[in-house]
Amino acid sequence: MPDRSNELNEKRLNVNRRAFVAASGALVIGYSAGLGKLSAAEIGGESKPPLTPDELDSYLEISPDGTVTVLYGRIDGGQGLQTSIAQMVAEELDLDYSQVRMVMSDTARTLNMGGASGALGVSRSGTYLRSCAAEARNLLVDQAAIVLETPAEDLSVTNGVIQSQSDPSKTISYADLIGGKYFNSKVNWNGGYGNGLLVSGEAMLKSPSEFKIIGTSIPREDLPPKVFAELDMVGDIRVPDMLHGRMIRPTIAGAVPVSVDEASIADIPDAQIVWIKDLLGVVAPKEWNAVRAARQLEVTWSESQPNFPGHDNLHEHIRNAPIIEKANPVDVGSVENGLEQAVRIIEGEYEYPTHSHASNGPGCGLADVRADGATIWTSTQKPHYAQEGIADLLGMPVESVRVIWVHGTGSYGRNDQGDATADAAVLSQHLERPVRVQYMRHEGTAWDPKGTATVNRSRVGLDVSGKVIAYENISKAFSRQNIGTREGRAADVLAGHLLGTELKPNNIFEYPKASYTFAHYRLGWEVIPPLMERASPMRSTHLRDPYGPPILFGSESFIDEVAAATNTDPVAFRLKYLTHWRDREAIEIAAREYGWEERPSPRSDQANAEIAVGRGIAFRRHFDTFIALIAEIRVNRSTGEIEIRRLVCAHDCGLIVNPETLRHVIDRQLVYGTSRTMFEELRFDENMVTSVDWNSYPVLHMESVPDSIEIHLIDRPNFTPSGAAEMALGLVPAAVGNAVFDATGIRLRRVPFTPERVAEALSV
Amino acid sequence: MAETFSLNVNGTNHVVEVDDASMPLLYALRDELEMNNPRFGCGLGQCGACTVHLNGRPIRSCMVPVSTLSPDDSITTLAGLGSPEQPHPIQTAWLDEQVSQCAYCINGWIMTAAALLDENPNPSDDEIKSAFDSLICRCGTHGAAFRAVKRAVQSREAGVGQSGTGVSGTRAG
Repeated sequence: MPDRSNELNEKRLNVNRRAFVAASGALVIGYSAGLGKLSAAEIGGESKPPLTPDELDSYLEISPDGTVTVLYGRIDGGQGLQTSIAQMVAEELDLDYSQVRMVMSDTARTLNMGGASGALGVSRSGTYLRSCAAEARNLLVDQAAIVLETPAEDLSVTNGVIQSQSDPSKTISYADLIGGKYFNSKVNWNGGYGNGLLVSGEAMLKSPSEFKIIGTSIPREDLPPKVFAELDMVGDIRVPDMLHGRMIRPTIAGAVPVSVDEASIADIPDAQIVWIKDLLGVVAPKEWNAVRAARQLEVTWSESQPNFPGHDNLHEHIRNAPIIEKANPVDVGSVENGLEQAVRIIEGEYEYPTHSHASNGPGCGLADVRADGATIWTSTQKPHYAQEGIADLLGMPVESVRVIWVHGTGSYGRNDQGDATADAAVLSQHLERPVRVQYMRHEGTAWDPKGTATVNRSRVGLDVSGKVIAYENISKAFSRQNIGTREGRAADVLAGHLLGTELKPNNIFEYPKASYTFAHYRLGWEVIPPLMERASPMRSTHLRDPYGPPILFGSESFIDEVAAATNTDPVAFRLKYLTHWRDREAIEIAAREYGWEERPSPRSDQANAEIAVGRGIAFRRHFDTFIALIAEIRVNRSTGEIEIRRLVCAHDCGLIVNPETLRHVIDRQLVYGTSRTMFEELRFDENMVTSVDWNSYPVLHMESVPDSIEIHLIDRPNFTPSGAAEMALGLVPAAVGNAVFDATGIRLRRVPFTPERVAEALSV
Repeated sequence: MAETFSLNVNGTNHVVEVDDASMPLLYALRDELEMNNPRFGCGLGQCGACTVHLNGRPIRSCMVPVSTLSPDDSITTLAGLGSPEQPHPIQTAWLDEQVSQCAYCINGWIMTAAALLDENPNPSDDEIKSAFDSLICRCGTHGAAFRAVKRAVQSREAGVGQSGTGVSGTRAG
């Protein structure tokens, strides 16, 4: 039997438990009958302590009406965090869900918890906010014990009302105890900020058997205002005296303005040019006039010869490019020795394209910069870091910049919203008026920071029995952080590049976070120089699941290749090299729910069929999320068209807070993952990105949605939640590619699987 | 020279003054009338984020110059389609299916679905897919949107969900 030890309870053993103290009666030290509120628990201060991570009041506020506001220094891009986090807090405070409100990133009100990043909203912040909520509940119960003159263990809480069990007439509410006041109580802070911030109280968390709200599918709080057009996004916010801004981009990458013909827009009322160093924009009080001015402005640009390789030659470029940084984060045994001992060596290489975020809404931001301070409205994923980046860009003290997150287009990585926000800030500072910048479509696709193209290569050595004794997987790619993913420095945004700030690229990639075990085992990466260093339309950074799809397309296709080479069923082959019970259960559940028939790939019975059917599996462990995805496809050998008939996903991310929302998050990302697998590839020629709209950057449309997406949630209530917002999508390319191999015996080695490319592969 | 145009939006007459008669309706709605719901996605008629109804039919408001509209034309935006108190059946179904994520594209999907259902109360699967096929969603809500239309059709056939049933999206308790 697998070890199902209770992770949370083990953690509890390590903390000094207030609840135990209370049960022993030790709480009442310093308090004796008749002394009233001279208490151990001193809560209810009139003034709010500073917004620092070691203060409980930095996480929770209780209003005079008893509602609790969670100060959540991250965001909800529409994946349900606003609701799920509130559920977690309501649970530990014994509140009804309706009694909890959420404030999301606002640098004046919330701590930097990391923005949206790594699917850490529920898993990390939700978990420590639970702890804060449990701590708050204990403090309130302790206080109630004093006020009601009854031991804490005699008290229960329902919907924020504390009641004595022995004398039900004794009640007091959270509102009565602390409404509108503050805890003035410390929590244990690890000293970190952003994703690194961890905090805990001393109170015990509830055990899963006590849950009333966690585990229920409360509908998403953010959705009704969206459905009834009652929610303002960043592009909907207006402030008095606001100008509309549009930026002017060159048609050849790297070109900068050398002259601008003011007369060319003289006929447009109140249109104005802003030209600072290499940054060029136009503003106008009326939005359409700003659009017209941007289109009409005549600019002479400097000569530029980017000499980009073009998208068709990109992978050859990557193969041949010099390596500027490399690492082998996993290097067990000696792959070279293992390969020497091998009786058979198999090698495989897989190519992944450049992807644009291509957000539905091109970047947008609003800035009101005054001499003594700035207010910024943005839908960027990293509002707290943007505060630092804007301050750096504008040369202002960080404290004088307030960044307020508002809803906007789903960014799914470091898209162009931070760039638009920075542009707005520069224009506003220059004009001393509020400016809202809205990028146009070509900027959203051609000029957003990109997910990098990758060449992923693997090799294994097999012994005489067919067992893998050596395995190596290396990705060669542009850095995934050519610009920083947080927008925390001027160097991270396009405006900083155009204003001449010193560049600060970080040269790093990643390796497959799989959990296979081999005797000799190496996982590594190699980074090549960017195609253009400054203000590049190809600057690379994090796109949703930043390195999952490019690496896993290679690693999970290659595992399948080895399974086939050894005439082994792909599920059985993976299980042979996976030892962790959660790894194995994810695969076993996916296989069972799919109806997997054990046999090697490819099928042998469709050699002459025009339409061939196949199934393929891909697996990953990422942090403590375990996912297996099985794809069933039909492929037309003549046309190369692939129809995805089924996607069957088994998903274990620990404790499930809101099952329906989790199911939706997985469903939607598998559709998105299908888009990136089947359609998306950034096109560019020697001068510039040529993907500028939805025709030149094709994405999935309705007709190509998989016929059936079946999600099997594996609930592990005794394990902390581990994140779900992006991990499944990275499995789509390998699962589909492996299914095409099963159907045809042909291995697809380059994403996207367009009909032309598939037909060509099948014709060989 | 500035020109004025009369627009009837969500049952109310408005006059907008514009500097350029080729200005698309989208900018009249958003910038002049401060109706935030239709959104700018591409300005090319490729994505649908700016969809409104013109006399009951879905149009891409980024592609329709205000000068081509007459005061008799009836323009409806998502805000005019229904309300939490009186939702359109597709809005109820949208909440029941919890379709959208970021919802930047939501005007395109809901306004297109509403027009489809008004014209064809019982569309086939292919008709639903065809109606949606020129819409872009980057969150991947396509399948859920399809299921919402199916749900709206079924609710109508079952005689439920016609009004005031948008409870699924409101706070529990």
